[in-house]
Amino acid sequence: MKSFTGKTLRWEWREGIIELTLDHEPANEIGTATLAELERFVAAFGVLAPETAVCIISSARKHGFSAGADLRELYRTAAPLSEKERLTRTRDFLERIHAVLNTIDAAPFVTIAAVHGVCFGGGFELALVCDIIVADKMARFAFPELRLGLIPGWGGIPRLKRDLGNAFVRDLLLTGRSVNAARAHAVGLVAQLAAEGEALRIARATAGQITKFNSATRAAAKKFIKPIPHEELRREIDLFCELFARPAVMAALKKFVEDSGPMPYLP
Amino acid sequence: MRSLEQTTQEVLDLASKHFNVPAGSLAPGDDFFKKLGIDSLQALELLSRLENHFAIELPDYEVQGVSDFKTLAERIQSRL
Repeated sequence: MKSFTGKTLRWEWREGIIELTLDHEPANEIGTATLAELERFVAAFGVLAPETAVCIISSARKHGFSAGADLRELYRTAAPLSEKERLTRTRDFLERIHAVLNTIDAAPFVTIAAVHGVCFGGGFELALVCDIIVADKMARFAFPELRLGLIPGWGGIPRLKRDLGNAFVRDLLLTGRSVNAARAHAVGLVAQLAAEGEALRIARATAGQITKFNSATRAAAKKFIKPIPHEELRREIDLFCELFARPAVMAALKKFVEDSGPMPYLP
Repeated sequence: MRSLEQTTQEVLDLASKHFNVPAGSLAPGDDFFKKLGIDSLQALELLSRLENHFAIELPDYEVQGVSDFKTLAERIQSRL
């Protein structure tokens, strides 16, 4: 399928380049609907990959790339369940999203995340599977999960560790703070900085360059330089589930979801 | 080195420009959430704008609970 328009995202293939656009109000929160459409996207790789040099992932939403997991949906669906059912459901979601992200991570074409605005939690994890991150200078990156009693669960820590120094990873993870694009560029997370509103244009220019290269060489180089940390990813799923079983997590989610103030509760 | 008054004025100028409100309509003691009618995502935009302008990093936890321009300027001043 060379083009698709769903409820949360769309993609279009044109002359060797796929553009996947996240477009789900208010800020591309990723829940079951987005997951199902991302599954549909990676299922199309069999058809798309042989003719694709680059995939650009970007957002059509004003506030940014993605605010992360849909915490409201997570709380709403988990709250009525027993602890056992909750864990089964959580693990199932994690297995599915890991399968999607691992497939994008290992895609035989080059992937570019064109990031503006917020790129938090699960949204950050989606950007991290991409080979290259181009960021608007107003972009912000964060893993706020510890503020809710969790760790990033969609491959965030193993992939951040793969790319960056452990000291920066600890700062980001253990404080839950957000960092701006300049800082993310300085530590090597962001490959290219863009002026405001220019990230997608720069990603397209970069894609244009990449399409000139031999596809087999490009795929071999990527595979050689970007191993997928499978073992750590498995351990992350187990640790996330272990932490998610604690009552403090549901209490924190409840407080966050029910807070109607301008700054929803985060410790 | 900027004085706190200068920093505060620059914060007010940046906020009025970013959120398209008339220059001079914002005061140091104003609650920016109420005055600008912004939410947490827009507050993050302001944070990015301020960090870029002052060439500093201002961790979220330092501005958590801050809602007036003067206190925000003080937090910035301590990082200059």
